[in-house]
Amino acid sequence: MRQLIRTLGILTALCVTVVAAADAGTLDDVKKKGFVRCGVSQGLPGFSNPDAKGDWTGIDVDVCRAVAAAIFGEPGKVKYLPLSAKERFTALQSGEVDVLSRNTTWTLVRDTALGLNFTGVTYYDGQGFMVPKKLNVRSAKQLNGASVCVNIGTTTELNLADYFRANRMTYKPVVYEKADEVVGAYDAGRCDVYTTDRSGLAAQRLKMKNPDDHVVLPEIISKEPLGPVVRHGDDQWFDLVKWVLYAMLEAEEYGVNSENVDQMKAGSKDPVVKRLLGLEGDMGKNLGVGNEWAYNIVKKVGNYAEIYERNVGPRTPLKLERGANALWKNGGLQYPMPVR
Amino acid sequence: MYRVTGARDPLAESEPPGKPPVWQDPRLRALVFQVLALAGVVGLGVFIVNNTIANLSKQGIASGFGFLGRTAGFGISMSLIEYAEEHTYLRAFLVGLLNTMLVSGIGIVLATLLGFVLGIMRLSRNWLIATLAAAYVEVVRNLPLLLQLFLWYFGILRQLPGPRQSVTVLDAFFLNNRGLFSPQPILEPGFGAIPLALVVALVAVVVLARWARRRRDRTGEPFPTVSVSLALLVGLPLLAATATGFPLRWEYPVLQGFNFVGGMELIPELVALVVALSTYTAAFIGEIVRAGILGVSHGQTEAAQALGLTRGQMLRLVIIPQALRIIIPPLTSQYLNLTKNSSLAAAIAYPDLVLVFAGTVLMQTGQAVEIIAVTMAVYLTFSLLISLFMNVYNRRIALVER
Repeated sequence: MRQLIRTLGILTALCVTVVAAADAGTLDDVKKKGFVRCGVSQGLPGFSNPDAKGDWTGIDVDVCRAVAAAIFGEPGKVKYLPLSAKERFTALQSGEVDVLSRNTTWTLVRDTALGLNFTGVTYYDGQGFMVPKKLNVRSAKQLNGASVCVNIGTTTELNLADYFRANRMTYKPVVYEKADEVVGAYDAGRCDVYTTDRSGLAAQRLKMKNPDDHVVLPEIISKEPLGPVVRHGDDQWFDLVKWVLYAMLEAEEYGVNSENVDQMKAGSKDPVVKRLLGLEGDMGKNLGVGNEWAYNIVKKVGNYAEIYERNVGPRTPLKLERGANALWKNGGLQYPMPVR
Repeated sequence: MYRVTGARDPLAESEPPGKPPVWQDPRLRALVFQVLALAGVVGLGVFIVNNTIANLSKQGIASGFGFLGRTAGFGISMSLIEYAEEHTYLRAFLVGLLNTMLVSGIGIVLATLLGFVLGIMRLSRNWLIATLAAAYVEVVRNLPLLLQLFLWYFGILRQLPGPRQSVTVLDAFFLNNRGLFSPQPILEPGFGAIPLALVVALVAVVVLARWARRRRDRTGEPFPTVSVSLALLVGLPLLAATATGFPLRWEYPVLQGFNFVGGMELIPELVALVVALSTYTAAFIGEIVRAGILGVSHGQTEAAQALGLTRGQMLRLVIIPQALRIIIPPLTSQYLNLTKNSSLAAAIAYPDLVLVFAGTVLMQTGQAVEIIAVTMAVYLTFSLLISLFMNVYNRRIALVER
């Protein structure tokens, strides 16, 4: 009943407010109300997680802060709405949030039938399995007959089914709505296997009683490009969120970071850097924000490398190597479109 | 409004003849306002529907029921009908629907049994029994159901050992944190004789009961119908089973790999939900039963005592039939509550309609409007059906009573 009521509320909002949400430019709306409403997870360390003081941190949170920095020059002008996997798209469709930055996988159905647009990829991920070490399982191929804990309404739930079907194995899904319930059930032994994106496995492991008692199996069973999402029908807002991510990547590529950005602004002769920092051209104006947009992002939030290292990198508890998320020049997949 | 008609108004008689102007005709006016109100409501409904459709298509969100025929592609942990990932969303919907019906059905039966026992216990002359029942009722019905569900699921069943350390009874029943595993009967050829014997026994019982009642009406002599019927119902099938050489095999659950394989499985989510729903609703039913029994006038009890009925007979023949008349209507609402509360399943991963259909299917298709509408329609239908059934039963009881 609780879920039903919540969904109903969101649906009513959907029926009543969709006109307003789709017609008025989201950017104008955001400027008028003075903050960005950002949908995040209910707590996934490294991606979106409230810290000890109650401030949200994480790579997904930094995307929201960067959007706010681009618009207002002030990364703090964000209000966060924690959403379960099940609630996230309805909340975005109904206009409850302006942008959904919540470790969400880019898929065709979501991009089309759900009326959403993915603005880019914040983190290239893939689905993996975690099992207790004491089971002595070395490969996902040995998981025949296992009980698997999984989050409802995710691509994970479908990939899991596909993987076992393709390998002619049986399994028992135990499906929870909240990520914490999934981890809790696995940790308590309700399931033999916990599956989610590998970054999620690294993050959720930190919440377990004895993180070292568990092992991640080598198989990566899917592609999970995670990125920010906006509604269909508002190209201006779509463009802005898309280019905020590119700006962070472009800044990394051209060596601009939060520490040297003032120096670069004063002294750089590189036309790319000059355009990025708003000294040449009308990049910000074309996006509907001030020309200092990228300067503010880099100065106050950081470039992509900085937010990666700060939130999920090897020196954080998650210990995730850059891997596929390195810049294209370094053999990774991150390739920002040219800011010009 | 429509009762105030011009023709019956005494003032109208005294007015000079000739029709009043149209706008002063109360009947017409009443009609106009009612038509306007109806048009307003219908118009609002049409506006909401059109607005929703227009805006869904504007945002490019898919609509319609075409998705029901598409492949579901996800697994469900428990299903009463055959289900695999290759089946359609419609099939997944049916699985969820049946699971909801299962949990509501078992819940209603258990809640009713426990509730009647509680109601009668509360009226017991034994202080200890009455106080125990009262304490149970007060504690259980005053705690939120969701908390009780969490207590059963997380607090109790979650604490059971893993499959390898199962609590084992007779090497056939295994209890662990994956559920309760028990042997499953497998039918073999020749089994048909047993249900046949059962049918014969049933017919015999009906005939016997009629004969016994007629004999009692004629001679006043009681006949031990219940014990003889029980003997028939158990004895005849048992005889048939012996004659055919027990054509039944038991498949035992075996620990194989990660889990038990074979046999029957009762998942902890189902157990927690059934226990929480039935214990909670039973507390309310207990109070309804107590009220119903107290509502039967004391004179009836005295009359029964004067006839020399035992306490058990008094309860069974005099008090309960009359109390039922008071009990049935509020009992109906408890059944409705239990059915609707079963949607709390989604909080503990029991694959009911809300979790499977309004959860996974909704998320994978994104068609929230259609799916929530169907889900609501299902609960509405359930409730109306229960209501209808109970009303019919109530009418029968009331007629017999008067």
